[in-house]
Amino acid sequence: MNETIFSARGLTKIYTSGEVEVRALAGLDLDILSGEMIVLLGPSGSGKSTLLNIMGGLDHATSGTLFFKAQDLTKLDDRALTLYRRDHVGFVFQFYNLLPSLTAFENVALVTEISKNPMRPDEALSLVGLKDRLHHFPAQLSGGEQQRVAIARAIAKRPEVLLCDEPTGALDSKTGIKVIEALLSVNEQLGTTTAIITHNASIQGVADRVFFFTDGKISKIQKNETRQKTAEVSW
Amino acid sequence: MSALDLKLLRDLRRLWAQALAIALVVAGGVATVVLAVGSHHSLDETRIAYYERYGFADVFAQIRRAPNSIVHQIEAIPGVAMVEPRIAQLALLDIPNFREPATGEFISLPDKREQVLNRLFMRQGRLPDPSSEREVVVNENFAKAHGFGLGSSFAAVLNGRKRDLTIVGTALSPEFIFAIGPGDIMPDNRRFGVIWMPERALAGAYNLKDGFSSVAIKLLPGASEDEVIQRLDDILEPFGGRAAYGRKDQTSNAWLSHELDMLNNMSRTLPPIFLLVTAFLVNLTLGRLVALEREQIGLLKALGYANRAIAMHYLKFVMLIAVAGIAIGSLAGAWLGNYITQLFGDFFRFPFLLFSRDVSTYLIGATLSLIAAAVGAMRSLLEVARLTPAVAMQPPAPAMYNHYLPASLSLDNFVTQPTVMMLRSVARHPARSIFTMLGIAMATGILVVSLFTRDTMEQLIDVTYFLADRQDATLSFGERRSADVVYQVAHLPGVLAVEPSREVPIRIRHGSVERRVILSGKASGADLSRIIDVNLRPVVLPEEGLAISGMLAQILGVRVGDTVEIDLLEGQRRTVILPVAATVEDYFGIRAMMDASALARLMREAPAVNSVHVSVDRNALDAFYTKIKAMPMVSGLALQRVSLRNFRDAIALLITTMASIYAGLAAIIAFGVVYNSARISLSESARDLASLRVLGFTRGEVLRILLLELALLTILAQPPGWAIGYGLAWVMKTRLAGELMRVRLVVEHFTYALTSVIVITAALFSALVVRSRVNGLDLVSVLKTRD
Repeated sequence: MNETIFSARGLTKIYTSGEVEVRALAGLDLDILSGEMIVLLGPSGSGKSTLLNIMGGLDHATSGTLFFKAQDLTKLDDRALTLYRRDHVGFVFQFYNLLPSLTAFENVALVTEISKNPMRPDEALSLVGLKDRLHHFPAQLSGGEQQRVAIARAIAKRPEVLLCDEPTGALDSKTGIKVIEALLSVNEQLGTTTAIITHNASIQGVADRVFFFTDGKISKIQKNETRQKTAEVSW
Repeated sequence: MSALDLKLLRDLRRLWAQALAIALVVAGGVATVVLAVGSHHSLDETRIAYYERYGFADVFAQIRRAPNSIVHQIEAIPGVAMVEPRIAQLALLDIPNFREPATGEFISLPDKREQVLNRLFMRQGRLPDPSSEREVVVNENFAKAHGFGLGSSFAAVLNGRKRDLTIVGTALSPEFIFAIGPGDIMPDNRRFGVIWMPERALAGAYNLKDGFSSVAIKLLPGASEDEVIQRLDDILEPFGGRAAYGRKDQTSNAWLSHELDMLNNMSRTLPPIFLLVTAFLVNLTLGRLVALEREQIGLLKALGYANRAIAMHYLKFVMLIAVAGIAIGSLAGAWLGNYITQLFGDFFRFPFLLFSRDVSTYLIGATLSLIAAAVGAMRSLLEVARLTPAVAMQPPAPAMYNHYLPASLSLDNFVTQPTVMMLRSVARHPARSIFTMLGIAMATGILVVSLFTRDTMEQLIDVTYFLADRQDATLSFGERRSADVVYQVAHLPGVLAVEPSREVPIRIRHGSVERRVILSGKASGADLSRIIDVNLRPVVLPEEGLAISGMLAQILGVRVGDTVEIDLLEGQRRTVILPVAATVEDYFGIRAMMDASALARLMREAPAVNSVHVSVDRNALDAFYTKIKAMPMVSGLALQRVSLRNFRDAIALLITTMASIYAGLAAIIAFGVVYNSARISLSESARDLASLRVLGFTRGEVLRILLLELALLTILAQPPGWAIGYGLAWVMKTRLAGELMRVRLVVEHFTYALTSVIVITAALFSALVVRSRVNGLDLVSVLKTRD
């Protein structure tokens, strides 16, 4: 199999608010291989999003190490994290976060303009099945379409990592499946390492590995020998 | 305290910076009203009280020589309350250690009675002993300028005889608040002094025993000034009376009124701008607050709060800001007003200052500001009332954007996506964009108004000193002299060229409008003192025909080619009709000019002169001055170079004081508008900006995107700002234009550039303040919530 792309050791994140300390991550260890499709499952507050944020360079760990390839992300300052995000990471969120004043095409172009080796915006949008909706504004697109624009925007720079926080959370099952399909096709065609947080356990079959979270730690790792096709996913 | 009021206070605390920016704009408006109206009131009241307490006369006249016996006739004119006959003469002064000859206006103090009009306010010392030939009182400014104290002495050439005089007192007089020497346009306290001397001594020097050469008259309340002047002229005519005039034409009073008008003008031009910007900023900020609190408003309505209660809550928010602004503005305005009053008071040397504590000024400023704020709030308050609870608690529909260009002309090929975002945002909020631009343009405009004076004054100097009056000096004689005097002057040491001038007082009339002016006879081919027409070209006068000030032409309603009626007020006093041959570009006073030989024919006299313009070799000035000081017939010497220096000093003070006040005000407006707009853009697009940060845009890049729109609006605002400034400057110039002084509006390119640099700097400063907010964006929480 492939090389390790993420490697965490003793990764800890403590939020302090007033006198209360919350251990969002409690000394977590993990390794993710390049090109893997990972699903993160677990109840609210179990640490999935915190891990994703730290992996994506949006947040700092309190202690421990998290290597992206040879680079320890926990040692990077804000500026370096911005560059890391710009060069290596694509994000997809539950609430799309498209810029309402830009069309689908332009939302993607926003990223390709600042990337080193991007694909063309229309190419990225074709990958997610939106080549007919290039010049629509977000307000003219359905939720599923908006989320797919967000995916196209995330992958257009050919990131090594794609991090998705509840990408189908705001969608109905039919549109949700389309979004998952888009993510799978990106993973397969581009080999992008993909991590998806979800509350929807039925998606777990499409992953290479599933991480189960409890109390800021990984309580179980499930390895799928064969990945389900999206058609087989029962929502 | 009700829950809503608690919310109000917390909102204010949270939005303190934006609230303060609005409050400062309100304060700027209130401060200009209070400052300008307050200092105008103070100075005006001071002037009125000064005039009243020290008996400033209403009508003045000069005569060559009138016997005291006619004083009774003057007293008998209906409407005359008091008459003060006196001797007034101009004479050259010779002051120790002062190179240039100075001019003194000698005025007699009655021997056997008290002064009844234009009474002196003694600053120091005492009045002269009536029997003394040497003792004098001088005006305080003159004494200070030369470092004179009691007991100091200087010499004067009175009617050809040199006398040593000793200062026994210094004084102020309501007649000489603004003391300008003959031929000058600005006070020069070193070269012009007012000297009060016992009547007997002065009468002796000028052979005026039992006679007088000047008269001041106090009118009864309700008396007609015009009628009294008419009767007075008739009485004085046989004694060589020159046309009498009222306070309006009295030099000191006219200049004082002009200065006070300038203050008054400022109080009417600037505040409307501040009120407009206030209304706009309130509209912008409250509009955003209501949009953000949509769900809360819905909730309050669902809980049973009435529309009125909720609208009142937001109105209170605005009113509290306005009240804070009014408080700051009142304090700042009162302080600045006192400062300006003090500054003017010192300049004019009033014996006392009355500080106006007129509450109505503050009330006017406060009321107007509150109205402006309420007008600004209106749209948002209606929006609050219109929201139905069910709708309000839903999130608003997503923002709808449009393509403004066909796909084939897509902007994407030319500009980056951040630029596209910016352009679409401007197009989506056209009203807001226009008002933001207008606000910034106002700031630029105010600056143009503060700085145009310099360009305009330079133009005035250019025309007055370098195009028209190019002589080095002008010698004036106490009385009309025969033309021979020109040869004497020409033979003075260092004199390179001479040009005689004859001055005759006239009444010029067209239809029912008439003015009293001086008609100067100019030598044909005059090259020192030239006539410059309104196209800034030298005029060669025709044999017959007048050149009159452009302002005079405007007052009379005549054009070149029209004829005017002229009463000659000297000599044979005929009335003649003359054509207007040219209108003259001049900025001080109104006057008429004609060819000297034509004037001599008109006067039916041999060529005569009242003054001579000379050009002098600079290396021979000392010898020239020494000779002049010994010339008995010379009563005054005006020096162009010194006059120009005084003029520059006087306007430099005006420009620096005004420019700093105005620049401060403009910066407040620019900052207020840009900061509030930036904060609101930030609040509206926080989510977009956070998205960009997550996508890998740096803080700098995100800040640039946020501010690109404002940068564009700031740049676009400059040309309209220049236009607004030019318009305001034109209004000010036009309001101030008068018979005493006027200007031609000139604004140099450099001035426009400078105003823009200042406004853009203020905008950049507000950008810096917003930067910390962008840096503090919480990426994760913004993205995890629904819009």
